[in-house]
Amino acid sequence: MAKHRIRVKVQGTEREAEVESRLLLVHFLREVLGLTGTHIGCDTTHCGACTVLLDGQPVKSCTVLAVQADGREVLTVEGLERDGKLHPIQDGFWQEHGLQCGFCTPGMLITGYALLQRNANPSEAEIRQAISGNLCRCTGYVNIVKAVQHAAAAVNAGKQQRPTTAA
Amino acid sequence: MALKTTAEVCGMGHSMKRKEDPRFIRGQGHYVDDIKLPGMVHLDIVRSPYAHAKIKAIHTEKALAIPGVLAVITGETLAQFNLHWMPTLMSDTQMVLPVEKVMYQAQEVAAVIATDRYIAADGVEAVEVEYEPLPVVVDPRKALEPGAPVLRTDKKDKHDNHIFHWEAGDRAATERAFAEAEVKVKEDIYIPRIHVASIETCGCVADFDRAMGHLTVYMTTQAPHAIRTVFALVAGHVGLSEEKIRIVSPDIGGGFGGKVPVYPGYVIAVAASVVLGKPVKWIEDRMENLQADSFARDYHMTAELAAKRDGTMTALRIKTLADHGYADAAANPSKFPAGLFSICTGSYDLKHAFTEVDAAYTNKPPGGIAYRCSFRVTEAVHAIERITDVLAQELAMDPAALRMKNFIQPDQFPYKSVLGWEYDSGNYPAALALAMKTIGYDELRREQAEKRQRGELMGIGISSFTEIVGAGPSKDFDILGIKMFDSAEIRIHPTGKVIARFGTKSQGQGHETTYAQIVAEELGIPAAHVQVEEGDTDTAPYGLGTYASRSTPTSGAACAVAARKIREKAKKIAAYLLEASEEDLEWENGKFFVKGAPQKAKTIQEIAFAAYTNHPPGMEAGLEAVDYYDPPNLTFPFGSYICVVDIDRGTGAVKIRRFLAVDDCGNIINPMIVDGQIHGGLSMGMAPALLEEISYDENGNISGGSFMDYLVPTAMETPSWETAKTVTPSPHHPFGAKGVGESATVGAPPAIVNAVVDALAHLGVRHIDIPITPEKVWNILKEKGVAE
Repeated sequence: MAKHRIRVKVQGTEREAEVESRLLLVHFLREVLGLTGTHIGCDTTHCGACTVLLDGQPVKSCTVLAVQADGREVLTVEGLERDGKLHPIQDGFWQEHGLQCGFCTPGMLITGYALLQRNANPSEAEIRQAISGNLCRCTGYVNIVKAVQHAAAAVNAGKQQRPTTAA
Repeated sequence: MALKTTAEVCGMGHSMKRKEDPRFIRGQGHYVDDIKLPGMVHLDIVRSPYAHAKIKAIHTEKALAIPGVLAVITGETLAQFNLHWMPTLMSDTQMVLPVEKVMYQAQEVAAVIATDRYIAADGVEAVEVEYEPLPVVVDPRKALEPGAPVLRTDKKDKHDNHIFHWEAGDRAATERAFAEAEVKVKEDIYIPRIHVASIETCGCVADFDRAMGHLTVYMTTQAPHAIRTVFALVAGHVGLSEEKIRIVSPDIGGGFGGKVPVYPGYVIAVAASVVLGKPVKWIEDRMENLQADSFARDYHMTAELAAKRDGTMTALRIKTLADHGYADAAANPSKFPAGLFSICTGSYDLKHAFTEVDAAYTNKPPGGIAYRCSFRVTEAVHAIERITDVLAQELAMDPAALRMKNFIQPDQFPYKSVLGWEYDSGNYPAALALAMKTIGYDELRREQAEKRQRGELMGIGISSFTEIVGAGPSKDFDILGIKMFDSAEIRIHPTGKVIARFGTKSQGQGHETTYAQIVAEELGIPAAHVQVEEGDTDTAPYGLGTYASRSTPTSGAACAVAARKIREKAKKIAAYLLEASEEDLEWENGKFFVKGAPQKAKTIQEIAFAAYTNHPPGMEAGLEAVDYYDPPNLTFPFGSYICVVDIDRGTGAVKIRRFLAVDDCGNIINPMIVDGQIHGGLSMGMAPALLEEISYDENGNISGGSFMDYLVPTAMETPSWETAKTVTPSPHHPFGAKGVGESATVGAPPAIVNAVVDALAHLGVRHIDIPITPEKVWNILKEKGVAE
C-alpha cells in the first residue's frame, strides 16, 4: 500500500504524518493524532457524527481521505474552546440541554459552529436545515435548535452570556 | 412539587445543568472506540450473504497470508472450548460462530484478528467460504405451517418452528363477553421489525492478562454486572472465574435496549484475547449493527374490542404471532416470554380480557429486545390505543369522549387490572383534559370539519397510554434467576463531599446529575459535590442495569434509602455532638437542630467530619451506606398525547403540524432532563410510525440494513415537540417518582397513526400499519379517488 507524507493544519497547528492512501480522515484524526472527539456513527455519510471543518467547510470525515486534507486546515471539536473559554456553541448546548449521550454532539457542534460563521442570525428552519445531515437519536432536536439559537444570541451580544471556564 | 432545596444545593425539582456535559461538549467523552491499549489488535467479522445455508468449507489461507493478519477464528476454533454456542437471556441458545450452517443474512461466520482495523478488513475480504443454500423461512405464519422446513436442527427434539405459547387472562369469560357484546371491532395490526440504531454502534475491547488470569472487557453494555455473571457462567469451564472478570461500561453513545444482549462479537473478542494474550478491539460498523444486532417488535397482532352501544368497553382480546428470528434472544425478565404485554388493557376499566402470544423461528437475526420500551409495552399500547379508535369510528363517537367514558377513575387506584397488575397511581381524565385544553381540541375539530368541506386532509389523533416500568419486584422479576433489584452505595468523605456508585448505567439519561440531585435532596449536600460513578463492576455495587425505565424506580429509590440510612447515623452523631437526645433533634436544610433551639445545630458537613474525627464512643467510624432496593411494585407512568397531521394529496406525505405530550411520571428530579427524555422519546415514537422498518424478501435479503434505507429521522421531519405535565406521585416509591425515559416512545406511535387514520376516516379508512410512508398513503388516496 502506497504511503504519502501529508501536512495538515489541525486547530491551527501543523501536523505531519505518513499515511496510507486509503486512510480516512476520521481515522487519521482519531488514531494518528489521538483526537477522539470526532466520532464514527455510520459508514455511508448519513449520521454526521464525524463532521469536522475542512478549510472552514463542514465535511463528513468518514468520507474524506486523509491525503485529501494534505495542505489544508482542519478544525475538530477539540479546537472549539479557546484560552480555556468555551465557544458559545458549546455553552449553548450545555445551557439548553442540547445533548444526552454526547455521541453526535461533536458533529452537531461543528455543524452549528459553521452555520453561525456564515449566518449569525439563523431562523429555526435554517438551523434545522443546517443540522439535517447530523443524526441525533436522543434529543428530538428541539433543544439542539435552542442551543444554536442560544449560541447565536451570545455571539451577537459579543460576549458569552455565562462565562464557563469551570468544570 | 415545591422545591425543598436552594439552587446551590440543587435537590429535586431543579433544572440543574448536567454534570456530564463539560466533557462531552469538549470532545472528551470516553467511548469504547476511544480506548487504545498497548499491543491492542483489531477484530473484524466475516458475515454470511445467505439467510440459510450449510457451510461446506471455510478457507483461511489467503487471509492468513496477509502481513498483519494474526489469526482467523471459526466455529471449529471455538468448538474446541465448547464456546461456539451461547445461551440467550430467554434460555434459548444462539451461535457465537457456526460450525454447520448459517441461519440469517449477515450472521457471523468467522473472525479475523489483525494488527490494524484496515488489515483486519482486508482479511475478511480474503476469507473464502463455500455455502450450500437451504430453503429460507421468512414469514412466521409459514414457519408454523405443517411441513415447513425445521430451522433449529441443532435441537434434537425440535420438530417444528414454534418457540413458545404464552397467555394471560380468562379465555372463557372473555369469549362469553364477546358473545354477549352489542358492538365488536377487530383489526389486524402489524408492528414491523425496527432497530434502535443508537448513533454509537456496539463494540468492546477485551483484555486478557495471561499472567494474572484476569479479564477486563470494556464494552457497550447497559448491564455490566449481569454481563460479568453471564461471562462467568458461560466461560467458567475454561477458567474464567467471576472475581477475575471486570466489565467496564465507559461512556455509551445511546443504548435504547440494543446494548443489553451479549452479541457474538463480544464473545469472539474475549476468546481472541484469551488465545492471543493481547487486547482485542471489536467495533461494529453501522451495517453490521442494523443487520445483525437484536431487532425490536415484529409482532403480528389481531386485536378485538367488545363494547356496549353507549361506548362502554366490555372485553378485550389480542392474539399475537411473534417473529423472533432464529433464536429467542429477547431481553425480558425470565418469567415473561412476551414481556409485559399484559398491560394491554391500558388506561381503561376493562372487566374481561384475554391475550395470547405464540412465537416462531424464522431465518432472521435473533432478538425481540425493546426499542426504548419496557418489555413489549409499546406493542401492547399500540394495540389498545389503535383498537380504541377503531371502536370510536364504529360507534361514530369522538375518540376523546370514548376514552373519557372508559378511563380507570382516580378513586380506583391502586387499581387491580383484569390481567393481574396493580396500577400504583393515576389520573387519566386530568391528563387528557389538560392535553385537550392546551392544544385547543374543540377548535381543531372545527377546523378539520371546515377543511374536509374543502377536500383538505387533516387529522387529530389521541393516545392515552399507561406504561408499566421499573422492573421489578423480586417475587416475579428475575433474569436467569438474578432478582431485578438495583443498588446504590453512598460514601460521605470527611469534608462532606460524596462519592455515590450505582448498579445501573447511564447511556445519555443523565444519571451523573439526577442521582447527585437525589443525594442533595436527602442529605442537603450540594449536588455539585456528589460524584456519581457507574459501569465498573470492580467498584460499583451489583445491579441489573439501565433499561425499561428502571433506573429511577430502582437505583434512584436505593439512592434515597441509602441516604436515609446515612441520615440515621448522622442523627446519632449530631446528638452526641449537641449533647442532646436523638428524639429532640429535627432535620431540615442539611442540618440537625434541637427542637425549639434552632441555633443548636450541626450541618451534615460538620457531622461528616465528626464521623472521621470525633464520633461517639462505641460507634464505627465513617459515614456511608449501601442499599439493594427491591421495589414493592412497578411504577405506572401515563400520559395523553394529541397529534395533528396534514396530508398532502399530491404526494401522500404526512406532516405532523403539532404534537403535544402531556406526561405524568410522578415527582420529577430534574424537569429539564425529563423534558429532554420526552423529546427524544417522541422522536423515537415518530420514527417507526412514519419512517423506520427492517424487512426481508423471500430469500431473506434484508432491506433497511444501512442508513441509506433505514430512515432515522432528521431535524427536518421532526416537529417541534410540545410538552406539559400532570403530577401524580407513585405511592410506593421513596420519593414518589416513576420511570419516564420511554413513555413517549410508547405513547407517540398510536397518536400519530390515529391522526392519519382520522384524516382519512371519512373515506372509509380504519387502520394503516406502520410505518405510514408517503407511498402507502398515496396508494390509499389513489384507491379512494382523492389523490391529486
